[in-house]
Amino acid sequence: MAVARPCGTYDESYAKDMAIVRTRLQWIILVIGLVFLFSLPLFLSGRWLNLLNFIGISLIAVHGLNILTGYCGQISLGQAAFMAVGAYTSGILTAKLGWSFWAALPCAALSAGIIGLIFGLPSLRVKGFYLAMATLAAQFIIPALISNPLEGITGGVHSMRVSAPRIGDFACTSAQSMFYIIIPIAVLMTFFAKNLVRTGVGRAFIAIRDNDLAAEVQGVNVFRYKLLAFFICSVYAGVAGCLWAHWMRAINPDHFTLMDSIWYVGMMIVGGMGSTAGAVFGVAFLRILDELTKVLGMWLSGIFVAWGAFLQAALGPIVYGLVIMLFIIFEPRGLAHRWEIFKTSYRLRPFAY
Amino acid sequence: MEAVLQYTANGLMVGGVYALIALGIVLVYKSTSVFNFAIGQMMMFGAFFFWMSMEQFGLPVWISLVVSLVGSIALGLLIERFTLRPLIGQPLLSAVLVTLALVYFLNGVAMGIWGAYQHRLPEFLPGAPVSIGGIVFSHDLLWSFFLAMALFVLLFLFYQRTRMGLAMRATAESHQVAQARGINVRTIFSMSWALCGVVAAVGGMLLGYRLGVSQFLALIGLKAFPAVLFGGLDSIGGALIGGLTVGVLENLAGGLVATWMMEITPYIILLVVLIIRPEGLFGLKRIERI
Repeated sequence: MAVARPCGTYDESYAKDMAIVRTRLQWIILVIGLVFLFSLPLFLSGRWLNLLNFIGISLIAVHGLNILTGYCGQISLGQAAFMAVGAYTSGILTAKLGWSFWAALPCAALSAGIIGLIFGLPSLRVKGFYLAMATLAAQFIIPALISNPLEGITGGVHSMRVSAPRIGDFACTSAQSMFYIIIPIAVLMTFFAKNLVRTGVGRAFIAIRDNDLAAEVQGVNVFRYKLLAFFICSVYAGVAGCLWAHWMRAINPDHFTLMDSIWYVGMMIVGGMGSTAGAVFGVAFLRILDELTKVLGMWLSGIFVAWGAFLQAALGPIVYGLVIMLFIIFEPRGLAHRWEIFKTSYRLRPFAY
Repeated sequence: MEAVLQYTANGLMVGGVYALIALGIVLVYKSTSVFNFAIGQMMMFGAFFFWMSMEQFGLPVWISLVVSLVGSIALGLLIERFTLRPLIGQPLLSAVLVTLALVYFLNGVAMGIWGAYQHRLPEFLPGAPVSIGGIVFSHDLLWSFFLAMALFVLLFLFYQRTRMGLAMRATAESHQVAQARGINVRTIFSMSWALCGVVAAVGGMLLGYRLGVSQFLALIGLKAFPAVLFGGLDSIGGALIGGLTVGVLENLAGGLVATWMMEITPYIILLVVLIIRPEGLFGLKRIERI
């Protein structure tokens, strides 16, 4: 929480104290920001819009992970696998059963949530990184099930084709139209994540994160809330997976590997665990860094031709691993913490304290 | 029946190597309480060092062995010095996440240096497949099993009989008490990572001989995780039993049920162990207080 309030702002009621948007200026910024965000397709090219779509989808997945890890303190290394559940549920419902995207989306979220609940069951007895192991198991078991025993309906290692979402007769195949599907959902989910942590449920999560034994003594049903956190996390993953499937329009178990799960954890760390704004910063920072690395790799492989192909493939993981390590060592609270420091000092300017 | 015995035998042999990798994790965990997710990558580096000195520099086997060991020890020490030492006193979660970031980083470095191709090691282990009562033991599996076991026994003796081993066990009990008794805990940390490097290098060479040296080797390291949890995170004997069990069950499931079961059996074992007995068979059960 920010220590300093904007100057001249007094909280006269509980509702005001808890408000997310506090002052008129913040309302104005919010409205202008949203209008700006939704008018971006008017002047950005397809490549940039695709990057934004990718950021939106990753953001949903990272928000889920942030609720589970950042707020409830349970580590998950299986976010990509839960995304796969959402993606394939939606893919099967739309491609094989002819459902519309809008009906498949909640089903995908729900099915991912239920699978997440199953893999959250060990949290009854284990915690910390033992639990990370249980989700690691999910990360291997789910894709293996998709590509082998369920091959008949999922297409296995051959990609499964998924149709584009339709609004009336209009099929959303372009980057622009997908932008208007992905980004509103991402904004809504961000708002839900932000709101969740100030409800009773969110406080129970934070109590469990800070000390689960103490939380239990205080009357928090630890197991129930841990499972709820797993459920919410996987629902977010399911939505992200569903959007991914309909955006890519072809899904493959290889899209949802352990490495992707580690990416999401990394984005959460870089942004700052336990901060909704942090998730946005982390996702945007790493995705943009990834794009820059690709450009740099292309440029370098043009110079060192003999070494080129590998250099390009190697640069991404090296930069990514290095950035996360540096963040853990030098700024474990992430970009969100830097943002708080900036806000506080801005509000106190010109005084130092 | 014949098939069951054959799969069991294969499983035992492969399990020996899993046990060895599991031992690498246990060694680090026991003294530093850090779970090393990057053990597969360290293994891959050991195998690549070995391949490089044998094939690219044309050195004889035993010198290559030394090169690989020295390289891996150096890698272990570098990891400890530059990523884990700055995190002493930080929450354990950070240390675990750093090893996850290392997974990415080391994968990238290996890709940059050695590329994505699979390289074959020359046939350096002598012998031919042995058949006992209809069950065939291929010689490379026998070699890797017995080399793994020999290293296992050596490390066990080191832990139980030497002064350094005693210091390492004391550090595992409590960092503060060990420091109060004059043990340099930092040295112990470096030592654990160096030993982890040795174990990873041997595991990497043995697996690389059988499967070829490539990025794929790192994935085998993941199979050591179920083995470690099965036996208990802080038990050397548990790593052995866990490794062998995972190897046998995986081969039985893969051979008798379906091939794809081979990949996921270790993780199903992992889930079952976590639900029934989270501290593992021989692990120390910690009682928590507020």
